Amino acid sequence: MTDAPRKPAVQRGAEFGVFSRVPGGVWAAGFVLLVVPLVAGNFWLFQVFGWSFCLGIIALSLMFLAGYGGMVSLIQMTVAVLAGYVVAILGSSGVEQISLGLSWWLYVPLAILIATAFATLVGALAVRTEGIYTIMITLAIASAFFYFTRQNYGIFNGYSGFNLVVPPRLFGIDWRQPTAFYYLSLGGAAICYAAVVYVSRSPFGLALQGVRDNPRRMASLGFNVTAHRIAAYAFAGVIASIGGILLVWQTAQVAPFSGGVSAVIDILIIAVVGGIRRPIGAFIGAFIFVLLSTFSPDVLSAFGLSNERFKLVIGIGFLAVVFFSPDGALGLWERWRARRRNAVDPLTGKALAGGRP
Amino acid sequence: MTAAEAIRDSAGAADRLGSVTSGSALELRGVTKLFGALAAISDVTMTVAPGERRAVLGSNGAGKTTLFNCVTGDFLPTSGTIRLFGEDVSRFPAHERIRRGLRRTYQISLLFGGLSVADNVYLACRGVNRNRFSLLRPRSGDPLVMRAEELVEAVHLTAARDRLVSELSYGQQRQLEIALALAGAPRLILLDEPAAGLSPTERAELIAILANLPAHIGFIIIEHDMDVALRVATRVTMLHNGRVFKEGTPAEIEEDPQVQELYLGDGTHAHG
Repeated sequence: MTDAPRKPAVQRGAEFGVFSRVPGGVWAAGFVLLVVPLVAGNFWLFQVFGWSFCLGIIALSLMFLAGYGGMVSLIQMTVAVLAGYVVAILGSSGVEQISLGLSWWLYVPLAILIATAFATLVGALAVRTEGIYTIMITLAIASAFFYFTRQNYGIFNGYSGFNLVVPPRLFGIDWRQPTAFYYLSLGGAAICYAAVVYVSRSPFGLALQGVRDNPRRMASLGFNVTAHRIAAYAFAGVIASIGGILLVWQTAQVAPFSGGVSAVIDILIIAVVGGIRRPIGAFIGAFIFVLLSTFSPDVLSAFGLSNERFKLVIGIGFLAVVFFSPDGALGLWERWRARRRNAVDPLTGKALAGGRP
Repeated sequence: MTAAEAIRDSAGAADRLGSVTSGSALELRGVTKLFGALAAISDVTMTVAPGERRAVLGSNGAGKTTLFNCVTGDFLPTSGTIRLFGEDVSRFPAHERIRRGLRRTYQISLLFGGLSVADNVYLACRGVNRNRFSLLRPRSGDPLVMRAEELVEAVHLTAARDRLVSELSYGQQRQLEIALALAGAPRLILLDEPAAGLSPTERAELIAILANLPAHIGFIIIEHDMDVALRVATRVTMLHNGRVFKEGTPAEIEEDPQVQELYLGDGTHAHG
């Protein structure tokens, strides 16, 4: 390195080391999440947190493609559902005439492998398009997958799909018990989150952000832009399939509607509501989505409305976020912090009492 | 380390590629690019020797930038052949040509606004090396990271190394463009109006950087500012309406009556 004086407080982009400094906030959040089972009930652990982590991982794979690669893909839920189907078909389920009953150490890697191969294939088709056309081509493939699974009875068991798809008993623990599943899904989410944060600063991740900002210039630096985009779909495919496996264990079932257009759009909503520029946004969005879809029916009934209208609440929430904070809930938080930081008198440097300069 | 020293350091890397003395760096033969019925350049034939510094002049619409786009592979030429260091690259995609030692700066800065200065230069160094797909973060002390640091310093951007490129001033973005073009082991650099919009001081600095490039690095420069173009170039090609109009030394071109009438106008500056 040069011996030029370094700025002491480097905000961003300075760390190239294997483990760049993990911010204190991440340690604190990690600790809080580890002790949540001491205070939260089973419903919260399994239905709220467990479900949030699963959806968050799938939304994280979209965040990776959209936030770092500039590619809005609607195929991520389908990739996750395909991984779920592979788990149900190769492992065990309530549909014994189809499920093969293999061991978990065989069907889990195979599910990730097959779903990732599918994601890569879709990526290879989609990367030659830009913007709205990427959205359309991935949505078209997602719809095709939905109709195919609904009509195919030999492999996908048609309309009813598979039920009783549960995680394997390992170390004598039933991993679908709320506390156990909480830790299982938290672990999966933490690994996926750390992987995305780590890769974002690797040569591949940096190159992907370069492709997002300026594909033409990347080619004129010697990068094969198309190959980088396809590789991004593959990486996001691994993340999405991990989320899909956890999700099929959480709901214990997988059926065509798991990958229906509504579910596909939900992932986009989650990523946008949380904030698509940062990995943590996917989990914040998932948590907000799960809270709304879990509790808004009760709120609606209290006002004498049909509780089936909860999608309306989510839709209004989505509209509000896109309208007031296009960079999601994270954007709101960051702007609030920036305002607090800048709340000093520009002449004297003293903090202002009112909060706003 | 001064700018010139840092840039000279890259000579060692380039020497390993060898073959800088034999043949031509760039050879265009009958290169034509049609946009519909419009011939942006037609039948351009020119040869640039290794290490040569060539200026390409011509009024707006003469086809200078289109010529660059054909050479880098941003567009494929409609007809004609392009040989780079003896190899026919006419049908190669841009990234394959870059990996053979060609570099390019753009008229309007094409940078990665969402990344820091250091990351931009690091990407440029990584692009012409292996492990572009590596998922492992580089260790501290990684040669490419250090090389990127040197380049950041060479173009006087050390103070801004961690800032997002979208926050840089125009002049700083132009400096960064040069750093990206110097990354790796360049053998031929295409500079598309590098001095446009620079202050007189920044211009002088640019001329110094270009004049101090190691002898094996050739460049082709498009420049409206005759002062810059004729000071750094050893040969000049005039384009007019997409065709090669004249070729010669700066002195010959300056004194040519046809050129004066056509391009130099009152004999001092062309319009920007």
